[in-house]
Amino acid sequence: MGGRLFGRSPKTRLVSGRPRKGEVVVEMRGITKRFPGVLANDHVDFEVRAGEVHALLGENGAGKTTLMNVLYGIYQPDEGEIYVRGRKVKIRSPRDAIKLGIGMVHQHFMLVSPHTVAENIALGLSTAKFFLPLREVERKISELSKKYGLRVDPKARIWQLSTGEQQRVEILKALYRGANILILDEPTSVLTPGEIKELFATLRRMAEEGRAIVFITHKLDEVMAVSDRVTVLRKGRVVATLETSKTNKRELARLMVGREVLFQLEKSPARIGGVVLEVRNLQALNDKGLLALKGVSFKVHEGEIFGIAGVAGNGQRELIEVITGLRRAVKGKVVLLGEDVTNRTPRELIDRGVCHIPEERIRTGLVPDMSVAENLILKSYRRPPFSRGPLLNYSEIRRYAEKLVSEYDVMTPSVDTPAKLLSGGNIQRLILARETSGKPRLIVAAHPTYGLDVGATEYIRRLLLKFRDGGAAILLVSEDLEEVLSLSDRIAVMFEGEFMGVVDADDVDVEEIGLMMAGVRRMEVVENVGDKG
Amino acid sequence: MLGIRVRVERRAVTPTWLLAAASALSVASALLAISALFWWYGVDPLLAYRRIFAGAFGSTYGLLETLVKSIPLMLCGVGLTIAFRALVWNIGAEGQLLMGAVAATAIALFVPGIPKPLVLPLMFLSGFLAGAAWGVIPGVLKAKFRADEVVTTLMMNYIASELVNYLVYGPWKGPEEWGFPYSSKFPKYAWIPTIPGTRIHYVTLALAVASAAAAYLLLMRTTIGYEIRVTGGNPDAARYAGMNYFRTVVLVMLLSGGLAGLAGVGEVAGIHHRLRYPSGISPGYGYTAIIVAWLGRLNPLAVILTSILFGGLLVGGDAIQVALGLPIAVVNVFNGAILLFVMGGDILTRYRIRVEWRRGR
Amino acid sequence: MSWIPAVESALNAAVRAGTPLLYGTLGEIYAERSGVMNLGVEGMMIVGAVVAFGVTLHTQNPWIGVLAAALAAGALALIHAFLSITLRANQVVSGLALTMMGLGISALLGKRYIGTPLPNSLSPTPIPILCDVPIVGPMFFRHDPLVYASLVLAPLLWFFLFYTKVGINIRSVGENPAAADALGVNVYLIRYACVFFGGLLSGVAGAYLSVAYAPAWIEGMTAGKGWIVIGLTIFSMWSPLRALLGSYLFGGVTALQYRLQPLGVSPNLLAMLPYTFTIIVLLVGTSERIRKRVGAPSALGIPYVRGEKP
Repeated sequence: MGGRLFGRSPKTRLVSGRPRKGEVVVEMRGITKRFPGVLANDHVDFEVRAGEVHALLGENGAGKTTLMNVLYGIYQPDEGEIYVRGRKVKIRSPRDAIKLGIGMVHQHFMLVSPHTVAENIALGLSTAKFFLPLREVERKISELSKKYGLRVDPKARIWQLSTGEQQRVEILKALYRGANILILDEPTSVLTPGEIKELFATLRRMAEEGRAIVFITHKLDEVMAVSDRVTVLRKGRVVATLETSKTNKRELARLMVGREVLFQLEKSPARIGGVVLEVRNLQALNDKGLLALKGVSFKVHEGEIFGIAGVAGNGQRELIEVITGLRRAVKGKVVLLGEDVTNRTPRELIDRGVCHIPEERIRTGLVPDMSVAENLILKSYRRPPFSRGPLLNYSEIRRYAEKLVSEYDVMTPSVDTPAKLLSGGNIQRLILARETSGKPRLIVAAHPTYGLDVGATEYIRRLLLKFRDGGAAILLVSEDLEEVLSLSDRIAVMFEGEFMGVVDADDVDVEEIGLMMAGVRRMEVVENVGDKG
Repeated sequence: MLGIRVRVERRAVTPTWLLAAASALSVASALLAISALFWWYGVDPLLAYRRIFAGAFGSTYGLLETLVKSIPLMLCGVGLTIAFRALVWNIGAEGQLLMGAVAATAIALFVPGIPKPLVLPLMFLSGFLAGAAWGVIPGVLKAKFRADEVVTTLMMNYIASELVNYLVYGPWKGPEEWGFPYSSKFPKYAWIPTIPGTRIHYVTLALAVASAAAAYLLLMRTTIGYEIRVTGGNPDAARYAGMNYFRTVVLVMLLSGGLAGLAGVGEVAGIHHRLRYPSGISPGYGYTAIIVAWLGRLNPLAVILTSILFGGLLVGGDAIQVALGLPIAVVNVFNGAILLFVMGGDILTRYRIRVEWRRGR
Repeated sequence: MSWIPAVESALNAAVRAGTPLLYGTLGEIYAERSGVMNLGVEGMMIVGAVVAFGVTLHTQNPWIGVLAAALAAGALALIHAFLSITLRANQVVSGLALTMMGLGISALLGKRYIGTPLPNSLSPTPIPILCDVPIVGPMFFRHDPLVYASLVLAPLLWFFLFYTKVGINIRSVGENPAAADALGVNVYLIRYACVFFGGLLSGVAGAYLSVAYAPAWIEGMTAGKGWIVIGLTIFSMWSPLRALLGSYLFGGVTALQYRLQPLGVSPNLLAMLPYTFTIIVLLVGTSERIRKRVGAPSALGIPYVRGEKP
């Protein structure tokens, strides 16, 4: 809460004149930021120069986004100072940051979905007059659009745009306000490989002009591809600031994690059994009533991981929801172990051995105010021994909870602790424990390691492989292409509600996948890339 | 150079003692704020409060009356606890209470041929069913059509009130009552027995306490109660776990409506022994029960205590109303102010103040 | 054509009866568009009614009464704003508490005015020429100034909401406050202002009842109109123009109520009409089909904290 009622901020004067290339435009000294229970930034020193692309590298939870949120005025630092163009400044809100020429493209887009592109960009413009000058805004957007190669229709509504186009709107928002310092937070997670190349080209162009770019990421390939310098954060502290040309992925990985990191998970060869899940020509609508799944068919066998790659928003969510009983299919069938289970209730699917590791782990999977134990029985509370008829048996429930908590390494003071107090990684473990402790026949995992640190991520991936080796069928949907590639036995690429192609993990080619993610079907890809058979 | 830095931080866990203390302090603050109103009105606040507490707790009569008033509050409050736990905002307890009263009156006066010993039990049953039905309608509208239950339950209150008016001014007006909006008096076998010398209709009281205990067991020890709590704690998780939202919503509205209906039976068969104009049956019990439930932190057992507290406030309110010429509606000021202060107090307990000594620059 | 005067009179009555609903709905639309649900409208309306009556009686000027009413209701709204926006309390309970307080305070304050006549009420001032146009004339141009003001206010508020800079700020704050905040829009200020504005208009609605419509003070005279406003806000799909339609429709139901009474239908059964109608209206406004095209502001009822993950 702490702070004023209305959030007014003192006036900040702009520094005049274009910065020279190499001049330090932003310097953050000794930035410290605490949240209850965690020290997000620990006396961090960070500086950015005009004309450079500076990568901010670290695992999830290392403090990169927090640091940039401090720079953009969303958080106030507990200690430390910020200097812009040599002058000490206090950035109390995004308004101050914008006045100083700082713009930020957030990881989760800050766009108003039902409004148009122009309305979004015009939002909060201090120079706008009383009546919305939409035509002028639209004109200027077209100019900027052409100049930087960020094509987008100013009159389109946000919900009509693809994620790549939405990101362009975010960038244009910052450029429109004359941002000389541009911060991008994990911009590539929503882009196809082709779009990533375009983005990097745009960033380099902006850097050539003398702007300063900060690029937050946890992906080493990107650091090497686009940045001039890189600062590595680990557990809230700066570990090193290096020139990209003078380092390599291995060194960066070691700095990022603190130990040698294995890049490849050991995966034993698949022992494929019978068909567990068959999906035939499945079609479903999205929340807006438009067709999101346009006829998808595939099979998943015992002992295999079937991965679905693709940029989020191409129907993956709808597919998962139909298979787990949370959404109606308008056409097609879902067959589980030979039985037609299309449009059955989630409960019936759970009873038949379908486990769902949900995408938004806190929103869908957890009741924050209830205890760890009560959350663990969310799917199984109706079965003995947890309940006898209408009554719950709490001693059994607690015993079960304690067993799971130790088996899955969930760190919690007790099984009666409210679940909301657990950290993100432990919450995911809790959900995993709940989902997989039976003998699941089919595990549907949606973005299971999203937002988790390396330790938790490794654990979950190992667990999935363990189940696969034990004969379960696993359907893995993830935006993280690397994850899909390293875990799956077969990979399908989804685009606009259809599969563009299904490939064996052994003969995968990232370029091929990239094209499929952008909507090119496999046959055409093969023709384009040359005869690959 | 030394300096003090004061910071406001969010707490991780709020201990129960703090919540209880905060509640007590909030209620006290609310009463303090209301004394300003008294003073403005030309009434000495100290005198007013002394009268209130004396009226409610200072005499045997007062204590007994407090219990009497706590009965409908307890029944409605327990019902509302169940509904609110599922995040179903049942503001319609008042109307559900009235419908229970209507049903009881129908059985007592207008349904022929019921053997006398069965009349009272049938009145209770029909009152429960009538209140339940009145509550289920908005419940279905919410579960099936996503209609906002705050508005629908409130509208049902007004409709019920007009229905009662219609009945007591029209077809059910007692012929011997000359222009008063009353039904005929119930026959003696339709009266709920009271503890001799008091107005405490103990059957309803027993039902109220029993329902509080039953509701607690339901919420905390049964699978249905578990479903209710999950639905209120995270509706997405409930859906994802395969819980039937429609069934949960309808069930909680059934139960809370039915309990409010029982309260109506109690008032009409235990106190007034006839059907009267709406505010003559309930001076807003259904609304006061909202605060009773909220102050009890949605724990049915705590509702037993808070309903007695508010019963006392109502009795005290009666005392000063007559003595100081204040309108009945003044009890709403208490209700509203206490609710506001309790809310504010609750939120303040979410934070703690940290004072640090800083050394250096 | 002897039925024309009857129709004209009914339409006139419909507009009069719908005017307090219109004021209340216009105010609530602004509050909800900024993302805050204000269930205290009933309490604010009735406080407005009693304050307007009392102040008009003492100052002999109804306009000062209306102004005072608006400010009093606005003050109550600020309490709700403080609880909902700064303290991030549960908006349903906060609104309810304020309604209860409002009902109680108004009963207290109004006790001395029961049965008192109001010599300086707002009386109808017909607009020359226009008021003689058949059907439309009596419907819109034979009213007191507050009605005329509401007829002008609705389209103005509509234009403001959709075609000005502040209007888009308001709408963005209600849809995605984080996005607005990230661009320097003061989310808290806009929400406070909109809730306050809603309170002002609720006060005017109440004032209209006691100083123009009745004019009198009767305890509980709003009789649930504040709740009908909540239903109407959904029905009007948060658009001030559609609020016009909804309010007058309701006014029509009330007018119908009074015209059916002399025909022998029980007044109590007739009194149920507006409330039943509200439920129907709510269902119509909420049905899935309509939701898909125009929904409630996405952030409605959700308190905003800078930096908190959605």
